[in-house]
Formats: sequence, structure tokens, C-alpha cells
Amino acid sequence: MKVEGKRLIWNDYQKEIAGDNYFYVRSCVRQNFFPGAEKTFLRYMKELGKDVFENPSHTTCSGIGYHSDIVPFETAMTMVARQFALMTEAGYRNFVTSCITSFGLYSEVLETWHHFPEIEEKIRVHLKNATGREFVKPENLAHASDVTFKLRKEISDAGKYRLVNHVTGAPIRVVEHIGCHYSRMFPSKGVGGAEYPYVLVGMIEEWGGEVIDYPERRHCCGFGFRQYLVKANRGYSISASKKKFDSMKPYKPELILTNCPGCPMFLDRWQYAISEMEGTTYGEGGQGIPVVTYEELAGLLLGYDPWDLGLQVHQVPVEPLLDKIGIPYDPEKKFLDKEGNSMGQPKSPTHLKFY
Amino acid sequence: MGKSVIVIGGGIAGMTAAGMLARQGYEVTLLEKENETGGHVAHWDRLFPDRRKASEVLEFTGEGMKDVHVARGISISRITRQNNEFTVTCGMQDAGSVMKSHFTANALIVATGFDLFEARRKEEYGYGIYNNVITSADLEVKFKSGKGILTAEGKIPKRIGIIHCVGSRDEKVGNLYCSKVCCVTGVKQAIELKEMYPGSVVFSFYMDLRMYDRNFEELYYEAQQKWGISFIRGRLSECAENPDGSIVIRTEDTLTGKPLKMTVDLLVLLVGFVPAAGTASVAGMIGLKTGTDGFVNPADSHIQNNLSGIPGVFLTGAVKGPVSVTEAIADARAAAALTSEYLTASIEEHA
Repeated sequence: MKVEGKRLIWNDYQKEIAGDNYFYVRSCVRQNFFPGAEKTFLRYMKELGKDVFENPSHTTCSGIGYHSDIVPFETAMTMVARQFALMTEAGYRNFVTSCITSFGLYSEVLETWHHFPEIEEKIRVHLKNATGREFVKPENLAHASDVTFKLRKEISDAGKYRLVNHVTGAPIRVVEHIGCHYSRMFPSKGVGGAEYPYVLVGMIEEWGGEVIDYPERRHCCGFGFRQYLVKANRGYSISASKKKFDSMKPYKPELILTNCPGCPMFLDRWQYAISEMEGTTYGEGGQGIPVVTYEELAGLLLGYDPWDLGLQVHQVPVEPLLDKIGIPYDPEKKFLDKEGNSMGQPKSPTHLKFY
Repeated sequence: MGKSVIVIGGGIAGMTAAGMLARQGYEVTLLEKENETGGHVAHWDRLFPDRRKASEVLEFTGEGMKDVHVARGISISRITRQNNEFTVTCGMQDAGSVMKSHFTANALIVATGFDLFEARRKEEYGYGIYNNVITSADLEVKFKSGKGILTAEGKIPKRIGIIHCVGSRDEKVGNLYCSKVCCVTGVKQAIELKEMYPGSVVFSFYMDLRMYDRNFEELYYEAQQKWGISFIRGRLSECAENPDGSIVIRTEDTLTGKPLKMTVDLLVLLVGFVPAAGTASVAGMIGLKTGTDGFVNPADSHIQNNLSGIPGVFLTGAVKGPVSVTEAIADARAAAALTSEYLTASIEEHA
């Protein structure tokens, strides 16, 4: 594989990412899946001196409903317009989303309005009638992974740890997985395009890791909306994830890095499910392959306590990764809440090595 | 005769037209951007459908150009016309430095030809990234070298995939047109690979096979019946690389209606035609009209196919769209004949 060939493509897909003053909208599902990820983003943004504003009355973008054919596009556009109105009212122009599905929907809506101004006018009327609000379109739309990518060097400079094995000095071998709606719909809206996205690769390179490409890199993580949301289809979901694990295993990855709500969920949870169903594990010596989001990884390298990041709720234990990088953690505090009370402990898996 | 012609472009069409006019006594200057004439044919091993050596055709054409003044390493910066005389201002590479030069003539033949589609633009196919993905042009260079066709790992490819229509009939890359010659080129190359490695398996993935000219269909039959080449109707979706360097391809067999995933040791992309990079600038200098595909439009597609609509400016070869070598030669002869007719009439007008 020739990385210089990828670099030529990456050069073709450079997007403008605002440097400060962001209006941030959260995901409607991520806090249930990986509860510390968004909080961690806000924490390091603050520590890096960036202005990030949140309005607690923002809602879901309705993207999951839209892509599941439950929410009509006109309704979705009006909800997006309301989010833009909140940004406008707060005096911001740089819109940052936590969720990839949201990022895709916002991109789709802005692109639709660009090509069909009459639809934008219609939505403005809908929003005015329903809420009395008006809005200005964002000057810059970015996903939070874009912003983290932009700040990757600053994070590296401020970091306590590198993405390397602290004993051998070898780079940690990382598989990156990008959410479908990040750039597959609009390649020019993602850093690095659709086929070889650079957004997570750039972080891994900057932070000292080694990126693994593998045959099923582009394959679905296992979410894919209908294949999980429709219960009868869940066999497709787990088989999609399994196909990826089987394909990446020969490369001996030590970490899976993601930027989407669904991908870390399914790449993490299904490893446990596959181990229970088949006894198969994909890491070394019965371990799984730890799966983290880019916010969690940035937080780890910045020296945040792993349990403050919420890594204890991952189904695949992250301790092997922490041990390799040399990040200290207290096993006794893994399942304690902020007040030191027990949160309860999950039952140990049958095959997956548990800590 | 005292009349002069400048031919822009030293591929097979430009060479043919230049040679024919020089043999008729015109003073002919051929301007070529590269350091050698011959264009794409110079890099090709064998031509379809009879697999004769491309070098033989080039040699024949070159011999006909003995009286042509050839200027190589030319970069055209300006073309002007005054009193039926064209002046072409160029930069010329000379011992590492660029020298300005001017050429004048009574007529121009534009034969700027084509470029090969840049396979890298089909990002999902991995050209320039995966070591065992090559283009049809790369394959010809390998054939021509006589060193055999090996994988990047130095092994004989046991399974070979050939992908048709790369960069042609593809809305995604903005090329709706058919490049016309790739189908038969793919069939020719598949046979040549089987001749070289009878134990290997060759798969050709196509949308439809356009065997438009004499003996093409026969070649396609030969490929199936004599050489056992598998033709699968389906477009390539994407490629990936296995740990051993082999290529995973995903496509659909549209005749059985089933998705298909297979591994090949070598993947050949049949790259199509795109307008030459120099065509747009030359067209802009002269005022030639181009279509939405970027190729130059003739004055009339049927009866004035070599005329540009500008007096004294003639068109030939792939500057007007994809053509085979045979067609380029015939078209160049037609352009030369019309140029001669124009110059003769011009002499009579001024007599």
C-alpha cells in the first residue's frame, strides 16, 4: 500500500474549519452509549481556550427518524432550522455537531437550500409560523471530530501521553472507522473525502499511532439504521460487525477509533455478543479490541482519569490499551460514582477477558 | 508552392497529416510538447484487432515525415492570425532553458489528441494506493518491456481482473461519453495475458461490450471460446488490499442479479480518453468551440468533420473525441486533403 497515493487524495479534500466560537449541538443518543465523550470534548475545548456555547433547549435533529422514514424531510428541515435559530439568537455563526448523522443531515439540508432556495423560503415560513423564530445560516458547519482534527497538534502539545507502547516505544496499531454520513454523501464536506477519510487518520498520526488499513475498512460498522432498528434484522447488524472484526484481526489492531454515535456502540457491544455466541475474541489472549471515540482518546492522552471519561461502561475492557500507553488507573474505582458509591458491576463475560 | 502549415500535436494523427502535406510540397512544421513524437502509440505494444506491433505503424508514419520540420519540447503561449497568416508563439526547451520562438504558416491543423483518464480519480479503485492495481496503459508498457507481467510482489498473477469503462460512461467523474476503444483493448489484453500465462484465470467486468468494427466481435468470441476468459456483466464498486497484496474486488453480476466479491492478484483498469490538457488552452487561443465533454467541436459533425469553422484551421484525430489508431490515420489524411484544398484555393485567390 502506498500512503503517498492517499496523501494525493487527502490534498483534494481540505475543508475549512472554524478556529473558535462554536455553537455546539449534542447527539440524542451518544450520552447513553458513551456518557463521557461529549463532556470530554467540552472539557478540552475549554482548556485549550476555545469558546463553545450550548443552548439546553436544542432538540434532536431528527436525523435517525428521517433516515428511518419516520420523519418527513420537510419536518426534519424545520427542526434543523430551529437549531440554526438558536445559534443565531446566541450570536454564533460556527455550528458544530456531536453526531455524524446530524452532521450529514445539516449538510444535506444546507445543500438542498443552496440548490432550491424556494424550499429554504418555505421552511423559514414553517419555522416562523410554528415558533416565531428566524435564523441565519451557519457560516461554518463542522463535525466535532473536524474541530478536534484542527486542534490535534495543540492536543498533542498539551498531552501527557503518546499513542505509543510505553515499554517498547512501538506505535499503537489503530483501526479507524468513520461514520457513513460524515463524507459519503458529500465527500467535499469531510476532511480527506469519502474513500480514505483523513479526519481520524490525522489525529492518529499526530498523536503517535500507526493506522491500519484492512480489506473491510469501508464496510458498515453494523448500525446501518434499519438493520438494527428493525429487530428482525439484527442478524445483519452483528454479521456486518463480525465481517469487519474477521478482516482486521490479522493486522493485530490494538485500538478501534471512531467518530460516530453508532460505530463505537456496535463495534464495542457486538464484540461481547460474538464472544458469547461463538467464543470468538479479537484481541490478544482472549481480550477484545478496545473501541474509543476521538474525544475519549484525546482525553486519555491529555491525562484525564479513564473513569471520568466513562470508559468503564464500554463492553470491551479498555485496560489493555491503558497498560500499553502507560496510563494509570485505579481498578477499585472503576465502578464507583463521583460520590464513591458503587454503581453496580456487570456480570463477567464468559469468554471476553474482563478486568 | 511556397505555402506553409503548422501542425499542433505530434501523435499519430498529427504525424500523418504533417507527412502527407510535406510530401505534397508544403512547408510543414510540427509542434510537439513532448521530447518525442508518437503520442500514446509510442507507449503501446500491440494494436487491436490483429495485434500487430504499434512500433511498425509508428515507423511507417515516421518515414513519411522526412521533410517535416519537427520542433519538440514546445509550449504554446499565443496564436494570432493576420492577413491569412498564423503566428504561433512558443517556449522551447533548449539545454535546460526555455527560449521564445515564433512560427508562421498559412494554415493550422490542430491535433492535440487526448490524455488518458487519470485512474486516481476513481478513488475507490485504489490506483496509486494499492500496489497491484494498474491501468491498461501500464500493462502495455509492461508488455512492451518484454519482461513479463508480475505482481508487485514479483509473482505470476494467477487471477487477473480487467475492469472496463474506467472514467468513461461514468456520470460520477463527469464523463458521459464512451471512449470506444477500451472494450476491444480489454479483450486484446485479456488474450495476451492468457497467452503469456495459460494457467491463469482472467475475468473481464463490463457494462456492455461495444465491438463496433470489423474483426472485433470475432476477437471477443476468440477470447471466450479459445482462451476461456470470463466476461462478467457488472461495474466495479470498490477495491481493497489483502495482507498479501492481492486485491479484493466488489461488484455485481447483473446477469444473475447477485453481488460478487472476489480476490485477484492483479487488477487492470481500462482507462478511457479525456481531452488533452493542452486542448483547452489552444482552443482558447484560436477561438475553437468545445463541447461539454471538453473535446473540440467540428464545424459540422457529418460533412465538415475536419473543419473548425475558422478559415485555415483544421482538426484531426482525438482532439474531436475518442478514435482508434486506424481512424486517426484516416481522419488525418482527410484533414490533410482539406488543408491542401484550402491552400490551393488560397493561392488561386491571390494569383
